[in-house]
Amino acid sequence: MDDLRDLYEEVILDHNRNPRNFNRKAENGNCEAHGFNPLCGDEFTIHMAVEEGVINDVSFTGVGCAISTASASLMTAAVKGKTVAEAEALFASVHELLTDEKGEDVTDKVGKLKVLAGVKEYPMRVKCATLAWHTMHAAMENKESTICTE
Amino acid sequence: MSDRTDNIHDLDEVRSAFNVERIRRDFPILHQEIYGQPLVYLDNAATMQKPNAVIDAMSHFYATDYANVHRGVHALSQRADAAFQQARKKVQTFINADDWREIVFVRGATEAINLVVRSYGGHHINAGDEILITEMEHHANIVPWQMLCDEVGCVLRVCPINDAGEIDLNTFEQMLNCKTKMVAVAHVSNALGTINPVREIVELAHAHNIPVLLDGAQAVPHTSVDVQALDCDFYVFSGHKLYAPSGIGVLYGKAELLESMPPWQGGGDMIMRVTFEGTQFNRIPYKFEAGTPDIVGVIGLAAAIDYIEAIGLGPIAAHEEALLQAATDALNDIEGVRIIGTAANKSSVLSFVIDGVHPHDIGTIMDKQGIAIRAGHHCAMPVMQHFCVPATARASFAVYNTMEEVAVLASGIHNVIEVFA
Repeated sequence: MDDLRDLYEEVILDHNRNPRNFNRKAENGNCEAHGFNPLCGDEFTIHMAVEEGVINDVSFTGVGCAISTASASLMTAAVKGKTVAEAEALFASVHELLTDEKGEDVTDKVGKLKVLAGVKEYPMRVKCATLAWHTMHAAMENKESTICTE
Repeated sequence: MSDRTDNIHDLDEVRSAFNVERIRRDFPILHQEIYGQPLVYLDNAATMQKPNAVIDAMSHFYATDYANVHRGVHALSQRADAAFQQARKKVQTFINADDWREIVFVRGATEAINLVVRSYGGHHINAGDEILITEMEHHANIVPWQMLCDEVGCVLRVCPINDAGEIDLNTFEQMLNCKTKMVAVAHVSNALGTINPVREIVELAHAHNIPVLLDGAQAVPHTSVDVQALDCDFYVFSGHKLYAPSGIGVLYGKAELLESMPPWQGGGDMIMRVTFEGTQFNRIPYKFEAGTPDIVGVIGLAAAIDYIEAIGLGPIAAHEEALLQAATDALNDIEGVRIIGTAANKSSVLSFVIDGVHPHDIGTIMDKQGIAIRAGHHCAMPVMQHFCVPATARASFAVYNTMEEVAVLASGIHNVIEVFA
């Protein structure tokens, strides 16, 4: 059971219990996207206020598992105030953290988000952790359609 | 010449008094550790594990008797043909069909339903006609009908369920009318475990001259099915939920109905004579079996039926009922756990949710303890909507599960709650 703590770190449990920037629309929001993981039913909408390339506000609504909820919560906290380019770069680093596709050490680049690293050991759960990020990416591109992880 | 493959395992020992430890020895996959814990396989409603009797029958058939069926004059072909036909008759006896020609081999329950939708539905159901299903159906018994509705303009009507997960027969009867052209109902719900009153459903539908399709995917492994006593018009099931291989399934249809239906796929085997001017189709069941079938899947299915019958569906059902009852009692005792699906008449399926814990997280934490359960919507999204949950966790039982495993399930759930406390 102890190695479960690698996945369900205290920070993740905390963000799941008390998600940040949750259940409200973004202040002066001007873009949003809807993300859905049909496998487990995780479903989020990411609401954003982006002006001159800067994310002034970001929030999320919806239902998901602890991993997807905590990842969404951590994401909103991390990208608020950042530029769209910085947020996209962070997404790329988080994606690498979760998948290890390039074998690159991104620990320094992801800051607090390194608590998501445990998800790497659970391939079926990577989609949970990336759902909010894919959805944010779509919101920033102002895509209308639902983002689906399948 | 080799013996028939179903003789390679001596089933006499299996036939002796029910002994779960003896039965577990027949399932090689169960004897392994997952994350250092003994595997507790409770995802049987998704698919069941296979006994050596099935695995060995298939490999023995490949090693000794394999050839294509219905066509060769050579010895192997004749052996394969005989084994294939013997298997079809075994399925016939297993569900007590009147005639072996009423047994059509398909890929699984899903394909069987699609066959009926395409062939029967496409021929007999028209714009404005109604198809009646229930709110607890698997997507396999919803989506094919919806596709037909989109094509021909018929209407899909849905008999609601109550909060225990049961349909009300009075409501069901009121939804039948002169426009209803098909009733399609799960025998046992995969998401809730509800055993539907299918005999009564067939009677009510037949009083209106409406044919009935029963989705028996979750029923055949747990209860003995007699299609003549049920008087259903179509009955479908999958091999892989019956200790048999994946990729093989059965459509039972009453002979006169199957005969009235056009083929749904064209190809070899389903023809009597082909010229470029036209084709004369084969008789049933071959008319519906275009191309080389899953020959060895059929051999495996027959071996699985032999295996089940050696133990007996009566003892199997009694064992699973005891497991379900014990698991239900154990989960009811855990604060924060809610069982989804509390029908008076249930079979082998225990869906549940835990306050404050998403089923996907339950699934991962259980897996880490060696416990395989399903977490998700179980291909029954409307059921999830009814109970206002995004998903459920589901433990489901088979002949090889034990009371000790029920205890591990309960303690596993305690650990989940502890992680999230």
